[in-house]
Amino acid sequence: MRFIRDFINTFFLLELVRGLQLTWRHMWMKKITIQYPEEKTPMSPRFRGLHALRRYENGEERCIACKLCEAVCPALAITIEAGPRAEDGQRRTTKYEIDLFKCIFCGFCEESCPVDSIVETRIFDYHFEKRGENIMTKGKLLAIGDRYEEQIAEDLKAQSAYR
Amino acid sequence: MMDTILDLLWIVVKIAAILLPVFTAVAYTTYAERKLIGYTQLRVGPNRVGWRGWLQPIADAVKLVMKEIIIPTGSNKILFLVGPMLFIAPSLVAWSVIPFDQGLVLADINIGLMFLLAMTSIGVYGVIIAGWASNSKYAFMGALRSASQIVSYEIAMGFALVGVLLVSHSLNLTEIVEGQSGSFLTWNWLPLFPLMLIYWISAVAETNRAPFDVAEGESEIVAGFHVEYAGMTFAVFFLAEYANMILLAVLTSLMFFGGWLSPLQGIPYLETVGEMVPGIVWLLIKASFFVFVYLWFRATFPRYRYDQIMRLGWKIFIPVTIVWLLVVAFASKMQLAPWFN
Repeated sequence: MRFIRDFINTFFLLELVRGLQLTWRHMWMKKITIQYPEEKTPMSPRFRGLHALRRYENGEERCIACKLCEAVCPALAITIEAGPRAEDGQRRTTKYEIDLFKCIFCGFCEESCPVDSIVETRIFDYHFEKRGENIMTKGKLLAIGDRYEEQIAEDLKAQSAYR
Repeated sequence: MMDTILDLLWIVVKIAAILLPVFTAVAYTTYAERKLIGYTQLRVGPNRVGWRGWLQPIADAVKLVMKEIIIPTGSNKILFLVGPMLFIAPSLVAWSVIPFDQGLVLADINIGLMFLLAMTSIGVYGVIIAGWASNSKYAFMGALRSASQIVSYEIAMGFALVGVLLVSHSLNLTEIVEGQSGSFLTWNWLPLFPLMLIYWISAVAETNRAPFDVAEGESEIVAGFHVEYAGMTFAVFFLAEYANMILLAVLTSLMFFGGWLSPLQGIPYLETVGEMVPGIVWLLIKASFFVFVYLWFRATFPRYRYDQIMRLGWKIFIPVTIVWLLVVAFASKMQLAPWFN
C-alpha cells in the first residue's frame, strides 16, 4: 500500500508540486532583510564590542594599574606596564595595550575591573588598514572612552543591578 | 558581387538584432534569478547598484571583463580557450531558426527541429573540452557528469520531440507552430501532456540547472567543469548557460504552447483583443514564464543524487515517452480531432 502511495506521489510529481507551492507562498511573504548601514538590529546594553578606557568626571583616568584585567584575560591580549606618574607620583599605567587579534571579547576584563575603567562598547564595525593597527594603545582606548562616555555610562547603569 | 556583400551585411544586421536582445535578456535573467531566490528565502536580493539593483548585471559584467584570465599550468592552453567558445557558439547559433512571429525568422529552414537538436547536442563538447583541458580533477569530474547527463536526457528529449513530429508532420518550426492554431486547447501541450512535462524536465537537465546541477556541485566538486576559469572565460560559460536556458524556454513555448499564437484565439470577442497584441509579445510572455519556472525550480528543489538523475532519465523518462508515443501514434492513425487531422 505504502509502495503504491509513494509511487503515485513521485510519478505524478505531487511531492514536487507541493514544494513549489511552498516556495511560491514564501515569494510573497514580508521580507526580513535589514538594510544594514541604514537600519540596525536592536542591541543589548551588555553588548561586548570594541574596548574603551573611561575617565572620572573631573578628567582623571579611572585605571589604577591593578592589572586584574591583564591577569584574568584568557587570551593574554592585554599588556600593562605601570609606574609613578611624572606630575604627582601616583601609580598609573605607562602602557596599556589590547591586541584585538588575540582578544576574544569575553568581557572578563570589564567584569574584573574594580573601578569600571576598562569597558566594552557597542562598537562592532571597525577595520584596520595597516599592520599594527590591531594594537589598541592607551591613547586610542581613552579617546574611544571620551567619545562614547554617555552611551557607556547609560549601558553600565542599565546592567548595574545584575552585577 | 555588390549584392552578395549587401546580403551578408543584412544578415549580420539581423544576427545583431537577435543577439543583442538575447544578451540583454541573459544579463537580466541573472538579476531575476538573484531577486527571485532572494524573495523565496525572505531576502530582498541585490538592491544597491542603481534603482532597486537594476544596474547589478552591468556591474557584474564590468567586473568580469576587468578580471584576469588565469590559464592553469599544465593545462592545454589552446583547448582551454576553445572550450568556452565551443560551449557558447551552438547556443547562439540555435537562435537562427527560432521563429519569433509569423515570418519573423532568420533562417526558415525545413529541418529546423533537427538543426536545434544537433546544436543543443554540440554544446556538450565545449564542456568536455573545458573540463579536460583544465588539468584539474574537479573540472574533469564535472565534465564527465555533465556529458553523461546531457547524453542521457538527449534521448528522452528526442523522443518527446518525435511526439511533436507525429502531431505536426513537419520539422519546420514555423509549420509546427501554425499547426497548433485554433485555440489554446489545440496547442500541443494537451495531446502531448506527458511528453511536454518530460521535455521540460529534460530541458532543465540539459542545461545543467538545479535540481540537476551535479556538474557544478559546489559542495563536492567546487564548480565542476569551469573551476579553473576566471574573468571573461568564465563569463562566457555563464552567458552560454543562461542563453541555453532562455533558448529552451522559447523552444518549449514554440513546440508545446503555440509559439506566437494568442491564447485568446477561438474565444468569441476576446479573440480580437488577442489579435491586437503582436505575436512576438505572446512568445515573450510564454518564454519568460518558463524562464521563471527555471528559477523557481532552482529556488525550490535540492540537488538530485547522481544515480537518481540517471535512474530518472533512463528508467522512467524513456519508457514513459515510448508508451506515450504509442498512444500518439494510435491517435494519429485514428485522426483524433482536433489535434491529429
